[in-house]
This record gives sequence, C-alpha cells and structure tokens, in this order.
Amino acid sequence: MNYEISPLAIAIFVLFILSVLFISWWFSRRAKSAHGYYAAGGNIHWSVNGIAFAGDYLSAASFLGIAGMISIYGYDGFLYSIGYLAGWMVALFVVAEPLKRLGKYTFADAIDAKFKSPGIVLAAAISTLVVSLFYLIPQMVGAGTLVTPLLGLPFEAGVIIVGCIVIIIVATAGMASTTWVQFIKGGLLVIFTLVLVIMLLVRGFSTTPAEEGSPLNDLVTVELSDATVGNITPADASYLKLDEFTVNSKTFVKMSQDGIVNYWYLDEGVLTQAQSIVDQPTGPDLYNGYPKEDGGFYQIGHMSEINGQTNIETGPVDPLTFFGDIKESTIIRWGTQKITDGENAVTIYYQIPTEGSSVLIPGEKFKIDPAKGATTADQINFISLLISLFLGTAALPHILIRYYTVPSPAFARKSTIVAVAAIGLFYLLTLYLGLGAMTNGVVDLTNDNMSAPLLARSFGIGIFAIISAIAFTTILGTVSGLIVAASGAVANDLINKFMKINLSDSKIVMAGRITAVIVGVVAMVLGVAFKHMNVSYLVGWAFTVAASANLPSIIMILFWKRTTSKGVIASIAVGLISSLVMILLAPDTYSQVYGLAASSAPMPISQPAIISVPLSFITLVVVSLLTKKDSIPDAEIVAKSKA
Amino acid sequence: MEHGPATEWRVEKSRAYKTKLGLIMFAIYTPIYLAFIIISVVSPSFMGIDVGSLNVAIVYGFGIIILAIIQAIIYNIICSRKEKLDHVETKGDGK
Repeated sequence: MNYEISPLAIAIFVLFILSVLFISWWFSRRAKSAHGYYAAGGNIHWSVNGIAFAGDYLSAASFLGIAGMISIYGYDGFLYSIGYLAGWMVALFVVAEPLKRLGKYTFADAIDAKFKSPGIVLAAAISTLVVSLFYLIPQMVGAGTLVTPLLGLPFEAGVIIVGCIVIIIVATAGMASTTWVQFIKGGLLVIFTLVLVIMLLVRGFSTTPAEEGSPLNDLVTVELSDATVGNITPADASYLKLDEFTVNSKTFVKMSQDGIVNYWYLDEGVLTQAQSIVDQPTGPDLYNGYPKEDGGFYQIGHMSEINGQTNIETGPVDPLTFFGDIKESTIIRWGTQKITDGENAVTIYYQIPTEGSSVLIPGEKFKIDPAKGATTADQINFISLLISLFLGTAALPHILIRYYTVPSPAFARKSTIVAVAAIGLFYLLTLYLGLGAMTNGVVDLTNDNMSAPLLARSFGIGIFAIISAIAFTTILGTVSGLIVAASGAVANDLINKFMKINLSDSKIVMAGRITAVIVGVVAMVLGVAFKHMNVSYLVGWAFTVAASANLPSIIMILFWKRTTSKGVIASIAVGLISSLVMILLAPDTYSQVYGLAASSAPMPISQPAIISVPLSFITLVVVSLLTKKDSIPDAEIVAKSKA
Repeated sequence: MEHGPATEWRVEKSRAYKTKLGLIMFAIYTPIYLAFIIISVVSPSFMGIDVGSLNVAIVYGFGIIILAIIQAIIYNIICSRKEKLDHVETKGDGK
C-alpha cells in the first residue's frame, strides 16, 4: 500500500518522542544505584505501577496484532484478548504477593531466594534472555511496520529509531524512566482506544464505507457465457481472457482490460473482482497490474448487505446493536491464494462473502469444528494456545520485574488490580476495533497489523496521527521493559551472582547499561531479519516458552515444600528446550519461517504448551523427589530480607 | 511498621489468609475459563446461539473479561480489609 504522509502526523510523532526523551533525562538522576536502576527505587505508587503494567503488557501484539487478526478473521483474534487477560488471574491470585516478597531485581532473584544456587540463577537468566528476545523481535517488526505510513520512512528506519530511543531510555534511567514511559503510554492507549470506539459507534455501518473513488465501493462482477472450468469465457467482450488456474479447488482467471492485467475469482458461475500482487523476477512488482507507486491496490473490508438491505447507512449504533447489525449482515472477507504464473509468483486476494454471524464465533482462523474439517490435532492446537496464554503471563520476566518497583506485597497486589481493570477494558474494546476495521474499508491486505491505525485514519488525520504515535510509544514502552529485564538477567544474575564477579553498586548499574546497549543492537538486527514475520506469532511463542520454562518452578516453589534446586534447574531446562524444539519443528514454523510444506513438519501441532508445560512440571517433581531437599526455610528468608 | 512477635504472627496469619483467598478465587475463575475452551471445541455451534442481539461467544468472552475485573476488585477489598484489621489489632497489642 502507498500512504500519504501528513505533516501533522510527523509533528505529533516528534512531540511524543521528545516527551519520552525528556522523561528519561528527568529520571536519570534516580538511577544512580542498582535499586534505582533496576527497581526504580522500589517506591512507585501502586496506581502508577498498575497503569505501567498495562503499558508494559499491551504491546504491539495486543494493539496492532489482535485488532489486525480480528479485522481478517473475526472472533478468533478476540480469543487472544480473552487468553491474555485470563493470564492475569494467575498473576494476581497466585504469584503477585509471594514473588514480591521473594525477589529483589529479577525473576532469577525470586526463583533462587530459597536455594542460593548458581545453577538456578544461570537457568533463570538464560530463560529470561530467550523469552525477552522472542518478545523483542515482533515489537521491532511492529515498529518498522508503523513508520512507513506515519513518516514515509523504510521499515529498517523504524527499527533503528525504536532501537536507538529505547537504548537511550533504558541506558540513562533504567526502570524509573521505563515505568513513566509505560504509565503514559498505557493511559493514552486505553483512553484513545475508547475514543476511537466511540467514534466508530457514532458513525455506524455503511455498505459503501470506503473513501470516495475507491474501487471497493463499486466492485465489479463479470458474467460468463461459459462457466465450465477449463473453458471459462467472459460474456463482456471488453475482457480478454489470458489464462486460468485451479488451486485447492479454487479457480482464478487471468484477464486483461484496456491493457491492464488482473486476476478474477470464479464464484458461483460468475467472476468476482480479486486483487493481486505479481512478483516478477525481471521487473517491478505489480499491484493489480500497476507498479506500486501508481496506487492500484486498495483497502478492503465492507458489508455487502445489512439486515437484508444492500444500499444502506445505519447511522449511530449502540454497543449492543453494533454486534446485532453485524450478525444480520453479509461481510465480504478476503482470502489469500498464492499461485505460480509462468516465472511470476502471484498472490491473489479474493472475495469471500461470509455471514456476519460466522465472524462472531470462533472457527474462521483456528479450525475447531469437525463439521468444517477440523482434525483432532487442530482442536488440540487450539486448546494448547489458550492454555499457553493463560499460563504464560505470570511467567513473563519483563512483567514479573514490575513487582519490584513497588514498596510492598500489598502494593504489588493493588497495582495488579489496576492493571487487570485497564487491560480488561482495553481488551473489550479490541473486538469493536477489529470488527470496525473489518467493516469500514480500511484493511490493508498486505499488512493486517495496520488495521487499527488505518481505522483511525478513516476518521481524520489528527486521530490517525495520535493513534499511530501512541502505537509507536506502545512499542517503546514494551521494548524498554524487555531490555531492562534482559539487562538485569545479564548484569545482576549472570555477572554478579553466577560468575560471582563482585561488582560495586555503581558498576552493576554500568554493566546493566552496557547490556542494554548490546541487547538493543541485537534486537534491531533481529527485527530487520524477521521483517516478514507476523507480529502476534512470535509473541505467542514467547508465552509458550515462558509458561513451559518458568511457571512450573514459580508455582512449585510457592506451594510444594519438597521442591529442590536441582528440580528447579531441570524443570527450567526441560521446559525451555522442549518448547523451543517443538516450536522449531512445528507445522506453522515450517510454512511461515522455513517456507516448507506444513505437512512435512515432524510435530503434528504448532502450539506445544499442552505437552511442554506438564513435562516441565513432571520433571520438577521427579527430580526433586530423587534429590536431597536443600531449600532455606521461609522464616530464614524473611529474616535475611530484613537484615 | 512495628515489629515483634505479635506483628510477625499476624503478618504470617494475614499472608496465609490471602494465599488461601487467592487460591479460592483462582479455583472459581479457572473452570469458567476452561469451560469456554471446551465448549468452543466440543460444540462450536453452541457459541453461535443467539442471546438477544448478541450470541453466546460474545456474552461468554466479554463475561470472562468482566468477571476477571470483578473478582480482582473483590479480592483486593477483602485482602485490604484483612490487612487493615490486622494492622489495627497489632497496634492495640503494642499498647
């Protein structure tokens, strides 16, 4: 897609960035000691910390990824919202207060509090680094994706801008500035998402929602004089048939009109308009037959019929009627099919008229209904995904370290409740955002991550600029938290505790700063390398790895007195390695990362949490029972923490 | 903060109370979340049944999120009340 660049958008973006840098400079004075750098001095108010939690947690995957997925598949994207929020129940009811009591700066601190074992510190630090890196990559990809429509800069520029700003934020003021950046971003994100949803409800629905002049408002259907596959002939002589292709029981026809070549989809005896991107080995890519700069590719997403009427504007709708109207409509979704046409690789996007009621239930993306061809493996995959979302949140290191920025366990609990309320409200709104994008002619088929910002653009450049700048700051906030977590794992856990290099307080801070710069640079490189990966895809992996490697140890240390240090080490190692290996051998990885056939993957499912989490639990129990108990009694830990 | 055996004992008691309450809250929420997953898999058509202008999937999905917020607030109110009570009693003991 080509996007118009607005000076207002650039001005608001620059204002946001300058504000963030000012905050970092302001708080850099507080970050002289290790406690100041890694835990913001431990004196953040619970209400601020709660919104900062929301700012930390609502990453590019939540804002860009979920809205994008809903805009293409409907309710299935909302399953992520439900799972991400449900995960906070584990965090709040089970781990928030005890982890605050046990830890100091990092996840390893808490896990190791009862053991003082270098092996646990090493295992927990490696796990922190792996999970944080998995989480960092999609954030960087999200940043690169955003700067093109916002600033007209190439993808790589977005990655570098985010990388550099985050390095400044973290290296100067660690958790103090990170907390306030996340607080501001979390608050703005929830408020402006609410504003956007209100604007959406006030606008209501239309069967012609696209901008004036968009082909979407006037999609063409070509009648056929012969609809026999292999001999398809258009009735209108102005269309010249060039070829036809049948792939996966779907037939596409290549035709030219006025010298412009495009592809059409055979649907119930007529040809419906499709969109195409032709990748030519010896020439520029063609979008609907035109070079990219000619802007021949258009945004999609509309209802062809609302309550049985084909040319209608509903006017304002209330939050319940919003769903009622969708349920009684026909929505034109677009499927994707890749074909080979001679030497060219062609991606065809074709119309799929879908009953509105179908996009309001699970099943358009995740196959779960045997009546629609779902296998047992598909169903297990679905269950496993929702389990990993549920169990992953409470085991994410960059979330756990936020418990150390408040002064007491009670404050840890209260800040989690503020987070649950803010995050819950946001996730309720994602269904409106995604379905709004699906029906308002704003979806960019080449990049569904842009659905929410593009929905904002349909209301005017001002709200688009604000939403895009918030989305960019969203990435800054999350990336900052991740880099603080990673730098704590290296400086506090690996250097100070595992290698036992006795650094002074100021040198621990210096080591953290240097690590932040290195991790930031690595994240930039990986962000560019994984340019074409789906934003929410890698985040899903991070949840699976965190749930498998970290959660069993956290739970068992808190609730099973027989847990031993060797049991914890084995559990983290088995959870980490098994989940990673199964992800690398998964069907989705084969098709989306390696470019191989999904059916050739050794693993039958793509979401391994249903195997790796129990495996990690069992490992901990078995190894603990086989080894000598070596934990320090709780009373001693309390006494030491007061000393 | 005041320290001493009475305070320690009450803090421990309060801690055990909060842990138990957390687990009860968790035991209420988790089956409701798991039922959502199981219904989606076992009977996807059930999710499409009309509930006014909505359907079961939307009511259940929104319900899980709203329930989480409500349970979180209730949990905090009960924990805070317990902490306050223990704090007041401890002050009384100290006199």
